[in-house]
Amino acid sequence: MISIKDLQVSYRLGTRTIHAVDGVTLDIPDGCIVGIAGESGCGKSTLMKAIYGDITSPMHLSRGSITYGLKSAKGRQVTAQNIREEWFKSISYVPQSSMNSLNPVIRIREQFIDFPGTDSNKKRVLERARAYMGKLGLPPEAMDSYPHQLSGGMRQRMMIGLATFFQPELIIADEPTTALDVVVQKDILMLLMELQEEMKNTILVVSHDMGVHYQVTHKMLIMYAGRVVEYGDTDSVFSDPQHPYTKMLIDSLPTIGDDSMRGLMASAAGASGDRAYRVEPILHEVKPGHFVAQVAAAPVAQSVGA
Amino acid sequence: MTFILKTEGLNKEYRLGSFVRSRKIQALNDVNITVESDKPVVIAVVGESGSGKTTLAKTLLRLETPTSGRAIVYDRPVVGVGSISSRKEFLSTVQPIFQNPFEAFSRYRPVDSYLHETARRVANMGEKEAEDAVADALDSVGLDYREVSGKYTNQFSGGELQRISVARALIPQPQLIVADEPVSMIDASRRMIIINLFKRLRDEAGRSFVYITHDLATAYYISDYIAVMNKGRVVEFGKAREVMSNPQHDYTQLLLSSIPTTTSRWRPRLRAAG
Repeated sequence: MISIKDLQVSYRLGTRTIHAVDGVTLDIPDGCIVGIAGESGCGKSTLMKAIYGDITSPMHLSRGSITYGLKSAKGRQVTAQNIREEWFKSISYVPQSSMNSLNPVIRIREQFIDFPGTDSNKKRVLERARAYMGKLGLPPEAMDSYPHQLSGGMRQRMMIGLATFFQPELIIADEPTTALDVVVQKDILMLLMELQEEMKNTILVVSHDMGVHYQVTHKMLIMYAGRVVEYGDTDSVFSDPQHPYTKMLIDSLPTIGDDSMRGLMASAAGASGDRAYRVEPILHEVKPGHFVAQVAAAPVAQSVGA
Repeated sequence: MTFILKTEGLNKEYRLGSFVRSRKIQALNDVNITVESDKPVVIAVVGESGSGKTTLAKTLLRLETPTSGRAIVYDRPVVGVGSISSRKEFLSTVQPIFQNPFEAFSRYRPVDSYLHETARRVANMGEKEAEDAVADALDSVGLDYREVSGKYTNQFSGGELQRISVARALIPQPQLIVADEPVSMIDASRRMIIINLFKRLRDEAGRSFVYITHDLATAYYISDYIAVMNKGRVVEFGKAREVMSNPQHDYTQLLLSSIPTTTSRWRPRLRAAG
């Protein structure tokens, strides 16, 4: 289990300090897929970076703590201090637009061997990697290709392959399918779900697509302005959303077969860039396992340019 | 009845590789779309990457010359043999909106200068007239001229900037606006502002749209007609509601079944551990 206590992550911009994550307290249980949703700038990517331990200036951890209930291969407790040594071993990261994260000038098999912690017998590692990529539905030649020779979907499969090859306990995937077409997206998401069912590890998925969250996740975390708005089992959050912001996220996008007017609330929040909600840092448990931040102010609903 | 959009045997071939050993790519393969209506419409073009939908947009905008075939917009040939030759006249009939508004405008010029230039050069307006037209156009997308004037791209959000692109496109009073993935670069929570704006411009200002997208849900939401493209061909075309509720082609069915909905799941989500 990952325990986050009163976490505040800030960016220093000249003389100003911006708290991108501001007082987040959260327990993430083992063996489930947790979805994180919220608009741009709500702090979801910053929270993911903090959990991954990728804290570099101007970003810094100004308050709170993260404890990982993870042990390294050598049996050592993983902490915020030594987490970098666990990258791509017990914790891995699939960054945003990760299909462009492969090194364009070397073959993919070289990038596999490059990984820190790969055992010294390169031939054996490559054999295992080839077998593994076959399992993920990639042709054997894919390993010998340069990234540009593969399609976006194949590259993304490759990235997920790289991220899961060492069977990490925790995978953080930041918008893993955003740049992909729906058909390819479904393939990749199905692959991710199958791998998770097999490995029984924890996956944190950041996405702005509530449909993706509904399909993939066990638990949902909704963020707004650096704070947690709602956190609970996906079924509970979707069938009985408590916070108006969560309701807006679920209702704002159109669905096929439904002709009702959409997106009016979304435009109210977006028009002026003002914060439509004030989110309190304290969560209340409304149902077992379903937490909601207290609603401080009602949103102002208005349509734009009408 | 007016032919809002009619393409006749539109073909576009790209050549890849060297002069000696080249490979042909048929980006548009005999595209025939006919939309005849008295009222302005939104025509969605959907498909995966590489399906030819952007090539179709570029062809309609005269940014690519088709290998063969022609296109008619509001009864006037705009692309191919016999099309209107004046560039000004073309730009007052068809206007573009591009995917990434941050790339569509230069970082080094205030964005309202683009609106002024469109008014002066395309719509042939005088200074005073142009000023009013810019203010009107910005007003119709819900922005205030005084707040936009003199600002650069980095001072706007993606959604605001895309609304400015729409305002710019409206200035020459075009009959058809071709929007190539207009919301894919915009934050999900703000996309519907643009989509609802298109809807309002169709209903209130009488503009027709070609809406190129890979997002079938928004396509369903605003379009009257839909063309599904795969490998350069239009595999299914018709009234949006009919195509989406009763898709005939295998590819349309595949696309529709791949949309992650919030109503039914692809596989059960049982918690493995607690």
